[in-house]
Amino acid sequence: MKAKGVIGVFLAWVIICIIFAVLFSVAGRQPFLTSGNFELMMRQAVIVGLGAIGMAYVIMTGGIDLSPGSTIALTTVVVALVLKATHNPYIGVGVSVLVGVIAGLINGILVAKLKVGPFIVTLASMLIFRGLAKGFSSEQTVSSVPETWIQAFTAALGKTEKWQIIPKGAWVWVVLLIIMTWLLHRTVFGRNVVAVGSNEKTARLCGINITGVKVGVYTICGLFAGVAGLMQVSRVGIGDPTIAAGDELKMIAAVVIGGGSLLGGEGNMLGAAIGTLIMTTINMGCSQLGIANWIQEIITGSIIVVAVALDRYRMSRPAKIAVEA
Amino acid sequence: MLEVHAIHKSYGSTRALINVSLQIRPGEVLALAGENGSGKSTLMRILSGEETQDTGELTLDGKPYTPRNPQDALTHGVSLVHQELALCPHMTVAENIFLGQMGGGGFSPKEAEDKARPILESLGYPDLNPNRLVRELSISLQQVVEIARTQAINSQYVLLDEPTSSLTKADIRKLFDLVGRLKAQGKGVVYISHFLDEVREIADRIAILRDGTMVHQSHMDEVTETQIIRHMVGREMNELFPRSVRTPGEALLTVSQLTGNGLKPNQASFTLRKGEVCGIAGLNGAGRTELLRAIFSLDAVRAGQVTVGSSTPKSIRNSWQLGAGFVSEDRKEEGLALTMSIAENLTFPGRKGWKFSSKENDEVAVGFAKTLRVKARTVQQNISELSGGNQQKVAIARLLHSGCEVLILDEPTRGIDIGSKAEIYELIDGLAKAGKAVLIVSSYLPELLGICDRIAVMNRGTLTEFVPVGETNQEKLMELCVQS
Repeated sequence: MKAKGVIGVFLAWVIICIIFAVLFSVAGRQPFLTSGNFELMMRQAVIVGLGAIGMAYVIMTGGIDLSPGSTIALTTVVVALVLKATHNPYIGVGVSVLVGVIAGLINGILVAKLKVGPFIVTLASMLIFRGLAKGFSSEQTVSSVPETWIQAFTAALGKTEKWQIIPKGAWVWVVLLIIMTWLLHRTVFGRNVVAVGSNEKTARLCGINITGVKVGVYTICGLFAGVAGLMQVSRVGIGDPTIAAGDELKMIAAVVIGGGSLLGGEGNMLGAAIGTLIMTTINMGCSQLGIANWIQEIITGSIIVVAVALDRYRMSRPAKIAVEA
Repeated sequence: MLEVHAIHKSYGSTRALINVSLQIRPGEVLALAGENGSGKSTLMRILSGEETQDTGELTLDGKPYTPRNPQDALTHGVSLVHQELALCPHMTVAENIFLGQMGGGGFSPKEAEDKARPILESLGYPDLNPNRLVRELSISLQQVVEIARTQAINSQYVLLDEPTSSLTKADIRKLFDLVGRLKAQGKGVVYISHFLDEVREIADRIAILRDGTMVHQSHMDEVTETQIIRHMVGREMNELFPRSVRTPGEALLTVSQLTGNGLKPNQASFTLRKGEVCGIAGLNGAGRTELLRAIFSLDAVRAGQVTVGSSTPKSIRNSWQLGAGFVSEDRKEEGLALTMSIAENLTFPGRKGWKFSSKENDEVAVGFAKTLRVKARTVQQNISELSGGNQQKVAIARLLHSGCEVLILDEPTRGIDIGSKAEIYELIDGLAKAGKAVLIVSSYLPELLGICDRIAVMNRGTLTEFVPVGETNQEKLMELCVQS
């Protein structure tokens, strides 16, 4: 595995944390590196972080998905409506997964069968899912969602819950991250995902079911957008058809910062998670320091450029060719 | 006169051109013949400024000619028309003819059209509308546009690289008329073609390359077809090929009336038996690769049937399951996933179940890598770090890992070192002895004659009968390759 790449991303995150710690102490503020801030960071990162897991799978095959932001919005609306009707959080969770899977399945089938390229297909579905979200909610936010344990996923930890370290939703993220890392490395499907991204022609030659792999990764991406939508409901307590616009770009950024190549075949689940944390750290640190939003955006953008440039540099170095005996 | 004086060109350890001299005279058509890989294309690339020779020099009308790039060659009046046409399909005929030649900042479609007309007329195509989009034209008319482009800048020397390989008989006639017109206008034409009767009809002189050396130059009527073939293949058979006693068994692969899109292949039929190595010779573009790809379901099939064992494969995956395996001619583009490890590349088709253990996979891969003597530090190493020969061994090991009974190999020894070649010959022999069936396409005739039991020739989509290797030789095979 590309363990070196992950260590690099992790170090980048550590350095960014240290920079903020120094800036905070220079500015004479409360310390930056506290368990409270860490908890807050996880709470803020969980939505994009979950989405980035699915996005990493799509990008691993050399594809792209522009629809998860809309899928999140659609999920919040549907889950909110269902919770209001049933008051049953289990059904709420089930519905979030269902909405995500259906959305992803549609993307996957269109990408694999239409062969018009994932950018166009998911650009279209981004609009369609957003439209559906607005339609289902009559262009209103769905409020008065009953209080259930779903809201507890992203709630601040109470005094007696501090042993949990991070919010329950973040634990869901961690567990799913482990499962999806395992899936990528320890199943034939996972290896086929990498193979398709590395060289689709080789994968085809070797009898790998390309259609299956593509439908699979977009479905996974949709599924995680659905779960991210559930966390969004948990966080804001309403169904909002206009929410999460642009989140798909944050997910893509997280994957790319984490060492993913948009050409496919490369990428790292843990890297994508740390990529999410890097962006969250910058946001949090800047807002707590009172740095304007536009500066945050410039910093985040610059980091993406640096990450991709480093990636290009890594790729462009000539491979060590063994000398013919 | 465009002259080549004693040029040499090497790529790494491969010597592509050795002491080659040539004269291209105005008002004359020079045919350049030679097998695949004999150095024709390298010579053309040097003349057209795409490559530079290592030593030796070029002169144009007695003055040194040192084109730095194709654009520079064009300004000196030397243009190369590639086999693969390089046109902008969404633009008009006139725009394509003057692409990159329009001076100044403005572009007037009317002016381009007016200038294009006389050029097309001079080539014998007064009816070709300069305002048509190139993508609406047939291949032969697209070729006319490409040749017209050389005349838009008044090229004195036109190099045509296998211009007839994708043309119909009627279009070939028209092309000959066009070449005749160029000649009558005093242009010097170099005409590369494998088809000897075409060459005889159109060329005034012939030059023959073999393994990078100019082996013959004369007037066309001073040499017979048999002599040309002998010059093309006149190689010493001094390599040793392993050949065990093989006993052919039952049929493992049956192909009947297989026809692909574009009639490559065209109604190919043959049977490959257990314990047998069968070879297919032919020139580039004859449809050999297309035949193999059609057999393996990689390309669409228009008609015909393939049977592996006793069933017809329904998909690529199904072909592997039935015990057939394929090695692509293009290692880098298709054969291997270059960003992945040796071990992963080795086991793609042969994986069973849904779980994947990289540890077990590595262990399995180590076994095969040892058997095939793949030189690598570890099997976790990225496959792009291996030499071509070792990469190819991994591509073949994939078939063994998957348990293939039928091995379909497309140019398995292209571009690899001699040591690896010998190892692959040995491996093929061993597999045949062990009862596998091997189908191999190669451009290197001594290799086919050395390792195969039976050989057939593919010529413009049509496959001949397979004949026992004892009943044929390089000359006979080459003759079948170059007939039209």
